[in-house]
Amino acid sequence: MSILESLELALKNIVSSKVRTLLTMLGIIIGVAAVIVIVGLGNGLEIYVTESFSDMGTNTLTVTVMSRGATRSLDAEDMYAIVEENSEYLDLCSPTVTMAGFVKIGSETVDTTSSLGVSEDYFEIARLEVSQGRGLQYSDMSTRGKVCVIGAYLNQAYFGGNAVGQTLRVGGQSLEVVGVLAQQDEELEEGGSDDCLYLPYTTAERITGETSTYTITMRDEDYIDESVAALEASLYAVFASDDYYTVTSMSEILETMTSMINLLVGVLAGIAAISLVVGGIGIMNIMLVSVTERTREIGIRKSLGAKERYIMQQFVIEAAATSALGGIIGILLGDGLSLVASVVVERLMEESLTISPTMAAVLLAFGISVGIGILFGYLPAKKAARLNPIDALHYD
Amino acid sequence: MNALIEFQQVCKYYYMGDTTVTAADHISFQVSKGEFVAIVGSSGSGKSTCMNIIGCLDVPSEGTYLLNGQDVGQMNKNQLAEIRNELLGFIFQQYNLLPKLNLVENVEVPLMYAGVSKAERRQRAKEALEQVGLGSKWRHKPMELSGGQQQRVSIARALVGNPSVILADEPTGALDSRTGREVLSMLQDLHRQGHTVVLITHDNSIAVQAQRIIRLEDGHVVYDGPSDAPEAVVTPRSAGSEGEGRSA
Repeated sequence: MSILESLELALKNIVSSKVRTLLTMLGIIIGVAAVIVIVGLGNGLEIYVTESFSDMGTNTLTVTVMSRGATRSLDAEDMYAIVEENSEYLDLCSPTVTMAGFVKIGSETVDTTSSLGVSEDYFEIARLEVSQGRGLQYSDMSTRGKVCVIGAYLNQAYFGGNAVGQTLRVGGQSLEVVGVLAQQDEELEEGGSDDCLYLPYTTAERITGETSTYTITMRDEDYIDESVAALEASLYAVFASDDYYTVTSMSEILETMTSMINLLVGVLAGIAAISLVVGGIGIMNIMLVSVTERTREIGIRKSLGAKERYIMQQFVIEAAATSALGGIIGILLGDGLSLVASVVVERLMEESLTISPTMAAVLLAFGISVGIGILFGYLPAKKAARLNPIDALHYD
Repeated sequence: MNALIEFQQVCKYYYMGDTTVTAADHISFQVSKGEFVAIVGSSGSGKSTCMNIIGCLDVPSEGTYLLNGQDVGQMNKNQLAEIRNELLGFIFQQYNLLPKLNLVENVEVPLMYAGVSKAERRQRAKEALEQVGLGSKWRHKPMELSGGQQQRVSIARALVGNPSVILADEPTGALDSRTGREVLSMLQDLHRQGHTVVLITHDNSIAVQAQRIIRLEDGHVVYDGPSDAPEAVVTPRSAGSEGEGRSA
């Protein structure tokens, strides 16, 4: 009796008791679907994060200086000098001064806008394009120009698209709008990428104090470690200690976030996998009941010459086929749920996050469900194979 | 003459707690190829034990059982399964067909375990069904047939592997007298065709249809001879025990 014939028998049995098989498979179906949706979600999240980061450019390094308590200090000029020194690795540099104050346009206060004090190179670093007027210039830095460049949202929402030449106030300082950035998001919205404002870092320093964060680009992304090392060496030379600065690369942050997402997905998938095990126990239960119910059948088969291993094979394959079928249904259900969830997330969060199940997750889920069938089918099958044919024949 | 079935001082003990029940007590007999033998006895006479041992479902506690010259007592479970498959054809009182399979699939089961190819076993199973007059009903499920027809299917299943011995355990027990007679005449036909048939029954009127009767009582052989001799149907000590035969 071949495996194929056992499989045929198993399928016949599955078809002849559809409701019971479905109930048996339920645990596996739910478990597999859950694993697939969760892994798909993690996958989508990773793609989303990677895309958001690549917008900002993964060739940038961020230096944060914490000069409080240090005997030496570092200002923007020093930082420019350091970048110049390491021009082999480093390219552009811009201080980034985060403004805490609100933006006031006329009598209205806008509290969603992110305002940043930057250098003239920042637009190149962050890959921003100016669509109206001009960007920031070196002269704006040296003269602490009271000017700013705003995002398309502010332009549209508060200036009717004609912001250039108008004025607004940031942290009590009146600034003239000299340029408007090209639209970045698909739709202009409050708090989005287009709800932003850039002013010269020198002007910003006057409002909030000394610059502590710098964004620096690398000449070659392949030399991240060397670039970071060179930068750190120069900073160490200034402070004579490594307690007062940190250097982070965008790709490092991306890596950290990705590994956090993976960890989260791993934990969630692990929890979902528990339901696979519970599903397996469900299969074992039903198979044990089935062995008892089919005692007479087993007796008949044995009297007709079935060896123990054929009986064993028949029951193990039946359990494996049941859970494999559950796995397939679970995969289809998981794919369907992923599609639905993608649409729901897009509607609710107004972000496009595609929950896409990976082939690896699908194959793994299928493999695990077959494995669980074999594992939990083994015990009932053993029980069936060991039945004494005489007792089994007289069982009612 | 070479014996097909040979019991040499076969004993079978069952242990129930502290007591030992002797189901077969030094039973010896031989059955030659082509014989039609009825093993008859009342409940508890040891005929079921004999049937289990002949059918290789059980092995003797003591003594030797030779089937076709092979010592069954020395075999392991797998070898017993092979022997059952190759040499024995069972006909049970309760037919014991598999309800989920159709007739031809039921008849195919012994061939499947014998490793016969799919096409060949379908062919042979259909032939066997034709032989019992059910060739046209091969797609039906057992439950759609009458008791007599189901028993004919089980005869087809017993025949399909071309076994050395056909072992019928109360084959008419669940049938009315008319269909019972049909089944018996079918067994007689098989005997005429040269098959060795062993019939296990508690019923004298059925046992006399065989050529030879082996009467058991309390685990002993009390009569072994032709079925037409007057002693064959007489129960020496307890004349009333005949009616106590179990129907299960």
